[in-house]
Amino acid sequence: MSSSASARAVTAAEPPMPGLPIKLRTENVGMAFLRDDKTLPVLENINLEVGNGEFVCLLGPSGCGKSTLLSAMAGFLRPTSGAILIDGEIVRGADPRRIFVFQERGVFPWLTVEGNIGFGLRKLPAKERAERVGHYIQMVGLEGFEKSYPHELSGGMKQRVEVARALAVNPDVMFLDEPFGALDSITRMVMRIELLRIWQAERKTILFVTHDIDEAVQLADRVVVMSARPGRIQQIVSIDIPHPRDISSPRYLELRDGILSQIGLAHRL
Amino acid sequence: MSDFSGAQETERWLWPLFATALFLLFWRYAVIWTGTRVFPSPFEVRLGLAQLVEGGVLWRDIVDSIRRVAIGYFAAVGFGIPLGLLLGWYPSLNQIVNPVVQILRPISPIAWIPVAIILFGVGDHAAVFLVFLGAFFPIVVTCVDSVSNVPLIYRRAGSNFGLTGPQLLARVVFPAALPQILVGLRIALGIGWLVVVAGEMIAVDSGLGFLIIDSRNSGKRYDLVVGAMLLIGVIGLILDVLFRRLETIKRIRWGFRNEP
Repeated sequence: MSSSASARAVTAAEPPMPGLPIKLRTENVGMAFLRDDKTLPVLENINLEVGNGEFVCLLGPSGCGKSTLLSAMAGFLRPTSGAILIDGEIVRGADPRRIFVFQERGVFPWLTVEGNIGFGLRKLPAKERAERVGHYIQMVGLEGFEKSYPHELSGGMKQRVEVARALAVNPDVMFLDEPFGALDSITRMVMRIELLRIWQAERKTILFVTHDIDEAVQLADRVVVMSARPGRIQQIVSIDIPHPRDISSPRYLELRDGILSQIGLAHRL
Repeated sequence: MSDFSGAQETERWLWPLFATALFLLFWRYAVIWTGTRVFPSPFEVRLGLAQLVEGGVLWRDIVDSIRRVAIGYFAAVGFGIPLGLLLGWYPSLNQIVNPVVQILRPISPIAWIPVAIILFGVGDHAAVFLVFLGAFFPIVVTCVDSVSNVPLIYRRAGSNFGLTGPQLLARVVFPAALPQILVGLRIALGIGWLVVVAGEMIAVDSGLGFLIIDSRNSGKRYDLVVGAMLLIGVIGLILDVLFRRLETIKRIRWGFRNEP
């Protein structure tokens, strides 16, 4: 697999969807970790622009550094070189305006559903906080479970709690790191539908890490395909199918197969 | 369903009761078979304890022992948890202090008895101090460990919602570490109860430990010695059972069950 597309070096930042103001930009971002006195490059030369309200999936095999990139965008890690800018300002740390959604493991087990969803709202007066919490409990369909603890919930319900906890603080950007990876396939589909519904209602900028090609093509405005070791942007694919998407339509299959062949896996099974 | 769980409930009591009865029976016949004149039978122990109860001494001894444990233990909790959290929170500080803790920790509190008597004289304070020492180090060490075991994901989530420093410690790290801290607190309580008996044998003139040594020294009353031993065991068990109740509190219970 040495087609011209994969060999192409991406130097200029990939532009966002036309017509959207830029929300997040990475400039030549590189990351390297120190392992046994050796520097291990994880990310190289990441140039990306994400528009305001855009839904972007970072897609790649495990170990390609996509989660590292997401953690750097969220401010948990510093890039070794280059810069990440949100609203034109360099990201210097975690910020409640940009919430990171882990797999369901990020839910606090010592708090109830209510307690978790209201976690970021401690500065609000009690009445307002209760209203907000109630609103988002309803939005993610957890009415009746307000007083439940996470260990009493299913994986899908915990994931909803985490999404609701993120939404409750009304962030501009949401980072989701393989959020549905641990769920069964039916729950995963339901969660995708719900995430799209919420995204269409609230229009947050969403960066979504996944290794599932179908998930990426079903959800994203654009799919950023990454290659491994060190992680680079291999190609960016715009998914020009309006929601709700017909996942057996020719265009869907064409885009999916295009990404498959980009990764070098088309017609291999 | 209720029948079934009812039967289970009965079984939970029945078999331990059976084992205890078997133990007492074995004890009784062991005394008879060996023909010992020193070691008392269960019946003699019961009579001896009844005597003490009538004299009103037993109750005082029990209360004194529990009081010493309570004071020493709560002092250890009060100092140990904040120190442990601090050291867990600042690993660089822990690196400095840890060698001292690790050297002091394996020293049996019994070895401190002469020092305790020099510091506090013969009396309550010395015994309380020994309990404090016995409980303090396990509490500090488990706190440090449990803080450093808090998953990074919780700290990140906490800081993502704008928490820093003490707030992050109080609202995320402490509750996340609490189940593991409780395990340490429970072990420390057990140690405190072990240590008070030893302390009372030397440093004071009341309490269950004193009862044992005094019964032996004044007239070789081994019925009372064994009676006090059994009481120590039973009270230790009760303390442990009461402590385990804490594990069912919902804010904590997640740490004690295997999540799917």
